[in-house]
Amino acid sequence: MLRDITIGQHFPGNSIIHRCDPRLKIVATIAYIVVLFLASNPLGMVLSLVLLGLLYRAAKIPLKLILKSLKPIFPIVIFTAVLNLFFITGEGDPLVHLGFVRIYAEGVRYAVLMAVRIVALIAGTSLLTYTTSPIVLTDAIEALLKPFARLHLPVHELAMMMTIALRFIPLLIEETEKIMNAQKARGAMLDNGKFMERIKALVPVLIPLFISAFRRADELAMAMECRCYHGGEGRTRLKVLRFGRDDVKCAVVLAAGLAVILSTRWIMPGL
Amino acid sequence: MSEIIKAEHLRYVYNPGMPDETAALDDVSFSIEQGDFVGVMGSTGSGKSTLIAHFNGLNRPTSGKLYVDGRDMWAEGQNLRDFRFLVGLVMQYPEYQLFEETCWKDIAYGPRNMGLDEAEITRRVREAADFVGLSDELLQKSPFELSGGQKRRVAIAGVLAMEPKILVLDEPAAGLDPEGRDTILTQIKNYHQATGITVILVSHSMEDIARYANRVLVMDHGKVAMYDTVEAVFARAPELLQLGLSVPQVTQVFLMLKGMGLDIDTDVYTMPYAVKTVLRAWNAKHPDKAVPEGKKGGGADAS
Repeated sequence: MLRDITIGQHFPGNSIIHRCDPRLKIVATIAYIVVLFLASNPLGMVLSLVLLGLLYRAAKIPLKLILKSLKPIFPIVIFTAVLNLFFITGEGDPLVHLGFVRIYAEGVRYAVLMAVRIVALIAGTSLLTYTTSPIVLTDAIEALLKPFARLHLPVHELAMMMTIALRFIPLLIEETEKIMNAQKARGAMLDNGKFMERIKALVPVLIPLFISAFRRADELAMAMECRCYHGGEGRTRLKVLRFGRDDVKCAVVLAAGLAVILSTRWIMPGL
Repeated sequence: MSEIIKAEHLRYVYNPGMPDETAALDDVSFSIEQGDFVGVMGSTGSGKSTLIAHFNGLNRPTSGKLYVDGRDMWAEGQNLRDFRFLVGLVMQYPEYQLFEETCWKDIAYGPRNMGLDEAEITRRVREAADFVGLSDELLQKSPFELSGGQKRRVAIAGVLAMEPKILVLDEPAAGLDPEGRDTILTQIKNYHQATGITVILVSHSMEDIARYANRVLVMDHGKVAMYDTVEAVFARAPELLQLGLSVPQVTQVFLMLKGMGLDIDTDVYTMPYAVKTVLRAWNAKHPDKAVPEGKKGGGADAS
């Protein structure tokens, strides 16, 4: 069940999207999010979904995976949509009028818009993590934040902390599953029982988990010191990020796509 | 003797429908008799750990059937917890699952989950602790103060205290020094003999399997490659080598001796038996200078 969490996971591959410069991918993702909010008209929304679909296609990531990653945020989507449905008041007569419930055409439009926007937001950012390994991702973040180092922002340290945190997520998930299995084998009731009982049943899982997290952190610190880690100063990289020809092509295509979506803002009235 | 575990065409798939879908178990069928001591071996990733996690319902087979103590584990209306108390599972590095303030309380965790009364819990904790050789003083300590080997024994006692009918151990001796290894495995063997329960032992050590098990299950790429008596399996040394496994070192020596043209039996898996075989061969060759088999003599070196 813990394995089902796919947000932030990496799916190795060799598509053009996988090989693309991670800095470009980060910038493009941010641009995509901005455009999602600026082009808030039906045509813009449809086009952003189409663009995302094409990118997923190019990355060769199965539809099933996307749906799986969207599953946990489904309640949020529904909740937002329902709120919008009931609380947006528009001009003219309401579509439905039942007691105190009034649904306007405006509300329906907003509800759909919001749902699509959240889905596109999650699916868009997921594409970044699906196609970029965490190490490369933090490298790119470090590169992008480099200018702020002049302002004494500890860029390298931040990037290293992110790398380690990302690296530990799957490890700790695996560890949690192992410990849960071990305690289940000793008769722990983790899947059923009353609320309080289930909370109590988590103690035998959490204590070993914390201990193992500390142990791992300790071992990692030791291993890093053994390899003479002393921060970012004078550190060189095994893989240097290069903005190649393919990256230029990708950048042009993405910029064109985003520009088209953005232009719908002036073609079609927003909501 | 009756079948205590029976697997029929077990199949287990990790991440079904995903790009990284893999069948960890594929058409696995075998049965284990009540009271057997089964050694399970196979190279890394052959499906050993996945298989044993099925025995107490931690993994649900994708298809196929698993009968434990004559009952279909995944049939409608079966309580999984019953099976978990029936099959005691000691995972790899079990010391990482300890959590209580004292060892005593940790060993009592399993029996307490079974809903036993205090007197019975006390009896079981005491018995389990005696079996793995934990003193009263240690039992009152926090598990985090103990050494690795002691922690391991506390964890094993925690499973023994549930008095399972089937004890499954996944490399219980991994990472221990030779003495700790012998102690733990001997204690398990003693427990097996004293209680007559079924023991399933996963191990990478051919020596350990030869010494303690009476049957061997060899896994390879999610399938059962061999399942037979210890003698029959180790007699197929070339095949084992092909599976990335091996035979006990002492057997390798005897196979080499045979290869060098010596007239000697090669069904030798343990040290004491090796000494006997060497003496027998020596006596057959030199009847005049015979060394009695009962005593360890220089004959072993001369050969």
